[in-house]
Amino acid sequence: MSDPSAKPVVRVHGLVSRFGTQVVHNGLDLEVRSNEIFGVVGGSGSGKSVLLRTMLGLRRPQGGSVELYGRDIHGLSPRERLDLVQSCGVTFQSGALISSLNVAQNIQLPLREYHPLPETALEKIAQLNLALVGLPPDAAGKFPAQLSGGMTKRAALARALSLEPKLLFLDEPTSGLDPISAAAFDELLLYLHSELKLTVVMITHDLDSLFRTCTRVGVIVEGRMISDTLAGILQNPHPWIHDYFHGPRAHAAQQGAHG
Amino acid sequence: MNTLTLQQDGAVWRLRLGGDWSLAQIGQIDRELNALPGSMLGTLICDWSRAERPGMAPVWLLLARLSALGAGESPTAGLQVRHEGGPPPTVAMLRKLMRDQRAAHAAPSTAPPASPGALGELGRWVVQEGAHASAAVGFFGRIAAVIGAMFSRPRALRIPSMARHIYEAGITAIPIVSLIAFLISVVVSYLGAEQLRKFGADIFVVDLVTIGVLREMGVLLTAIVVAGRSGSAFAAEIGVMQLNDEVDALRALGLNPVELLVVPRILALVIALPLLTVIADAMGLAGGALLSLIELRIPLVQFTVRMHEALGPTTFWAGLVKAPAFAVLIGMVGAYRGMQVRESARELGRLTTVAVVQSIFLVILADALFAVLFQKLDF
Repeated sequence: MSDPSAKPVVRVHGLVSRFGTQVVHNGLDLEVRSNEIFGVVGGSGSGKSVLLRTMLGLRRPQGGSVELYGRDIHGLSPRERLDLVQSCGVTFQSGALISSLNVAQNIQLPLREYHPLPETALEKIAQLNLALVGLPPDAAGKFPAQLSGGMTKRAALARALSLEPKLLFLDEPTSGLDPISAAAFDELLLYLHSELKLTVVMITHDLDSLFRTCTRVGVIVEGRMISDTLAGILQNPHPWIHDYFHGPRAHAAQQGAHG
Repeated sequence: MNTLTLQQDGAVWRLRLGGDWSLAQIGQIDRELNALPGSMLGTLICDWSRAERPGMAPVWLLLARLSALGAGESPTAGLQVRHEGGPPPTVAMLRKLMRDQRAAHAAPSTAPPASPGALGELGRWVVQEGAHASAAVGFFGRIAAVIGAMFSRPRALRIPSMARHIYEAGITAIPIVSLIAFLISVVVSYLGAEQLRKFGADIFVVDLVTIGVLREMGVLLTAIVVAGRSGSAFAAEIGVMQLNDEVDALRALGLNPVELLVVPRILALVIALPLLTVIADAMGLAGGALLSLIELRIPLVQFTVRMHEALGPTTFWAGLVKAPAFAVLIGMVGAYRGMQVRESARELGRLTTVAVVQSIFLVILADALFAVLFQKLDF
């Protein structure tokens, strides 16, 4: 599905992350190619969210480099950095919608900042993003506290999509959702991926979601990353990876995906 | 650079889309779309051959505008739209999306609810205020119940928690309370000295400072500083716990949030505020003595003697007795506003502000009532 020779969209090389004496990443390498859905997997505390924050430039690593679209994110001028930030969409685990703004205002927030537009146009664009993520038009006026978990995740995705990024970072997009909503979110992601030609980096613990959507998977073990196609990773002899993908829950998920 | 050019050829309109059609140009595109004439009938051909990098939002605005101009799917629609010149795949996708959205949510009722009128507004206000008042009384009742329960169940008195709050609200407030009491006292005695000197009654500055600081200023300044420091802290701490569902978690564990969060804070203030008041009194007197020495050349010994003459038996207690009452007001308002926080960060900020403003107001109001009461009692 993806061309191995293609230039990587995300390239992390030799990443070292430390908190005091605790080493989280120790020479982690990662490459995500264009138009992939790349799943990041790892045990609790293995540094998945730290990796995400580092890739977004929210955290400066103790060593190594992070390149997005072939450019080191720490060597950019503020202007270039702003351009780069605008070409990435992010959703956080808890949604991180601004609680004092309603859903439409949350979606319009980056648009208002970068593209001065009349209100009518902003309203239409908010409706576009709501429709893209499968939310009803009347969700626009609701405040984050009034949304269910699934709606919050979708609204966060709508905000992430509002600047039409080509690269999307998702932190546990299906966690805390019921299986039906989670499955619907998977389908939504696949739909957006195929329609908008997105590259997606997704942290997930949801094995069903992983088997359904991801084209490649990276597993963080012992501070490094082992990445492979799903079929390849299933054959990996590393004990943790074996346990992860061959536990009782993994079997059910695989059967669900293939059956 | 125009992004749109419209040509008419009989009943066929040709809309050429050119230049950058990405999100970056959306402002320009929106303006030109709104400038399209509303009188087009027949067939409209959108020519995409010269549009570069079409983005979703610009295409969506184009489709929305065309649909507002009467373009439709049915053959009877006034304006038939065709997309030519290699339209980007987004066009088909967004057209489908727009159709689906229309079909699924046809004619949402957007009629605003009828305005209730002035009488209705008044009624709503009365009901709201009534609910607020009864909630406040209920809160007071819950606190009283917890304090009552302490006599039969001493564990309900949370000593470690109280100690922490005495430290945070009391000990750490000593420097600022001392400084403010000292400086204000200097200012007041300076102003008094200016006036009294005209009558040769310099020595009465001592009476002014002693009575003023001990009866009113010491306790009032302390209460206002504590309301600003601790009233806001109580509201913010409890408010964030509300936002994180921590208060609900306590309830679900069978613990009483009033007992764990509210009462220790109020009792801590009841203990800390009188102690702070004593410190403020001392610093205020020191400020007055210093100014008398420098400005009026009243030696410290004479100041002390005169101070003892000015002191009535109740002067000191008339100030100090108010401190616990102020403490209860500040603690209750702070905790109550914190418990009211729901849903958003903005609420937290608003209610913290309300807590501080209201507790300062209540402290001053209570002080006025105390003044009247002491006058009647000749205290």
